[in-house]
Amino acid sequence: MRAFVIRRIMTSIPSVLGVVTLVFFMIHLAPGDPVEIMLGENAAPADRAALTKQLKLDRPIFEQYLSFLRGVATLDLGESIHTKKSVAGSIAERYGATLKLALASMLFAVTLAIPLGALAAVKKDTRYDRGAMMASLVGVSMPSFWLGPMLILAFAVELKWLPVAGADDWSSIILPAVTLGSAMSAILARLTRSTMIETLGEEYIITARAKGLSGFAVIFKHALGNALLPVVTIAGLQLGALLGGAIITETIFAWPGLGRLTIQAINARDYPLTQGCVLTIALSYVAVNLLTDILYALIDPRVRLK
Amino acid sequence: MKSLPLNLKIGFAVTLAFVLIALFAPWIAPMSPLEQDLYGGLAGPGSDHLLGQDRLGRDMLSRIAYGARISLFVGLVVTVVSVTVGSLIGATAGYAGGRVDDFVMRVCDVFLAFPGILLAIAIMAVTGPSISNVMLALCLMGWTSYARLARGQTLSLKEREFIKAAIAMGASHPRIVFRHILPNIAAPLTVEATFGVASAIVAEAGLSFLGLGAQPPYPSLGSMLAEGRQFILVAPHLIMFPGAVIMLVVMGVNFFGDGIRDWLDPKRHARGDS
Repeated sequence: MRAFVIRRIMTSIPSVLGVVTLVFFMIHLAPGDPVEIMLGENAAPADRAALTKQLKLDRPIFEQYLSFLRGVATLDLGESIHTKKSVAGSIAERYGATLKLALASMLFAVTLAIPLGALAAVKKDTRYDRGAMMASLVGVSMPSFWLGPMLILAFAVELKWLPVAGADDWSSIILPAVTLGSAMSAILARLTRSTMIETLGEEYIITARAKGLSGFAVIFKHALGNALLPVVTIAGLQLGALLGGAIITETIFAWPGLGRLTIQAINARDYPLTQGCVLTIALSYVAVNLLTDILYALIDPRVRLK
Repeated sequence: MKSLPLNLKIGFAVTLAFVLIALFAPWIAPMSPLEQDLYGGLAGPGSDHLLGQDRLGRDMLSRIAYGARISLFVGLVVTVVSVTVGSLIGATAGYAGGRVDDFVMRVCDVFLAFPGILLAIAIMAVTGPSISNVMLALCLMGWTSYARLARGQTLSLKEREFIKAAIAMGASHPRIVFRHILPNIAAPLTVEATFGVASAIVAEAGLSFLGLGAQPPYPSLGSMLAEGRQFILVAPHLIMFPGAVIMLVVMGVNFFGDGIRDWLDPKRHARGDS
C-alpha cells in the first residue's frame, strides 16, 4: 500500500508544478501593463512603482517564477492590493465555508442519488426507472445559475421557509447545498443505476437468490455494497469538481467562501488575490483526486495490485 | 426514421428548434433586442410582449432569440475548434507514443487539474470580459477531453492490420494520421462533441452570469439571468424564461448525444433495438 501511495503522489507532482506555472503566467497574459490594469490609467507614478516592486514585475521573469514557487512552498502568496491583507490569510478565512458547502452538497447528492439509482436498477424498465432517469437528466441539464434563483423564488420568497442568502444559521446552507449538489446527484444516480444493474447480474447474486435470501438482503447486503465501489471514486472526484462549481453558487447566495472571494478579487482586478484563489481551488482539486485514489485502493485491494 | 432511437428524435427536434430560433432571430423577434421602453420596465408577459419586458422595457422574447444566437455561435465555434485541435493533438500523441505521448498527457493533466470552469474564469480574469475572450478561454479549457479520447482510440487503432499495412507500404506519418486514423476515430469524437456543445453553451452562460462574458447591452442568456436575479421579487419572469431556454437546449442536445451514441452502438443493432 505504501508503494502505491508513493507512486500516486509522484504522479501528482507534474500536475501540481504545471498548475503553479500556469497560474504564475496568468498575470503575464493580461493585455497591456498589469499594473495599469490593476491601478487604472490615472494612478500616481509612485503608486505604480510601489506595486511593480511589490509584485516583483521589475525583475527578470525567471527570477519572478522562482520567487513565486518559493512563495507557494512557504504559503506566502503576497498581499491583496486592495485590502493589504495577506492572500494566504484571506483564503484561510474563507476556505472553511467553501469546504462546508462542498461537503453539505455531497451529503445531499449521495443521500438522494444512491436510493434513486438503486431503485431504478431494481425496477429496471418500469415507470420508476424511467421517472428516476428523467429526473436525473433534468438535474444534469439544469444549470446552477438558474436552479439557485428558482429555489430562492420558491423556498425563500414565496414559502418563506429558508433565508434568501448569507450564512447566518444552519438553514442558510440548505439552498446553496441543493443548488451545488443537484448535478452531482444526477450523475451519481445514473452511475449507481448502471453499476447496480451490472452487479445484480453477477453469479454470486444469483447464488444468493437461489439460497432463498429475501430480496431485501440480496439488494442491501450483497449487491449495493459492491455496486457502490465505483460510485465512491466518482463521488470523490465530484467533490473536487464542487470546489470549482462553488464559484457560481456562492455568488448567487452571497455565501462567504473562496468562490465568492475569487469573483470579488476578479472584479476588483486584484491579481495576487485572484492568483491565490485559483491556485488554492486547483490544488485542492488535485489533492482531493489523490485522496480519492488512495481511498479507493484502501477499499479495493485490486487497484493497488495493478 | 423508424429505426432511429426515440431520444435521438426528441433531441434532434429540440436542437433543431433552437438552431432555427437562433438563425432566424431577426424574423422571429418582434422588435430590436436593444429597443427600450422605459414606461414598460419590468412588465410581465402580455399580448404585446409575450415573455414580458426587462428593466429597461426591452422585449424579453427578442432578447432571448438574439441571446440564443450568441449561445449557439459560442457553442459551435468552441466545439469545432476544441475537437479539431484536441483530436489532432491526441491522435498524434497516440500514434507517436513515447515521449511525445507522455508530454501531451502531462499537459492534459495540468489543464484538467482546474475543476469546472475555473480555468476559463482565470483566463477571463486577466484578458477581460468579451465574447471572443470567452471563446478563447473555453477552447483552451475544452481541447483536453477530445485529446484524451482521440489518443485512447488511436492507441487501440494503431495495432490494427490496416495501419500496419499502410506503414509497410511506406505511407508518411501525416498521411497515416490524416487518412487512416482520424476518419476512423471520428464517430466517438462526434458523440463527445455533441455533449461538448451543451457544455460550451452552459459555460458561456455561466461566465456571462458572473459578468465575465457578453457585455451590456448585448443580450446573452447568462447575463439576462444575472440581471433578472436583481429583480427576482418583482419580476420573476426575467429569470424564468432565459433559464428555461438554457435548460431545454441542454436537455435537447444531451438527448441528441445520447441518441447518437445509442444509434452508433453496434450492440444495439445486434439486439435489434429500434
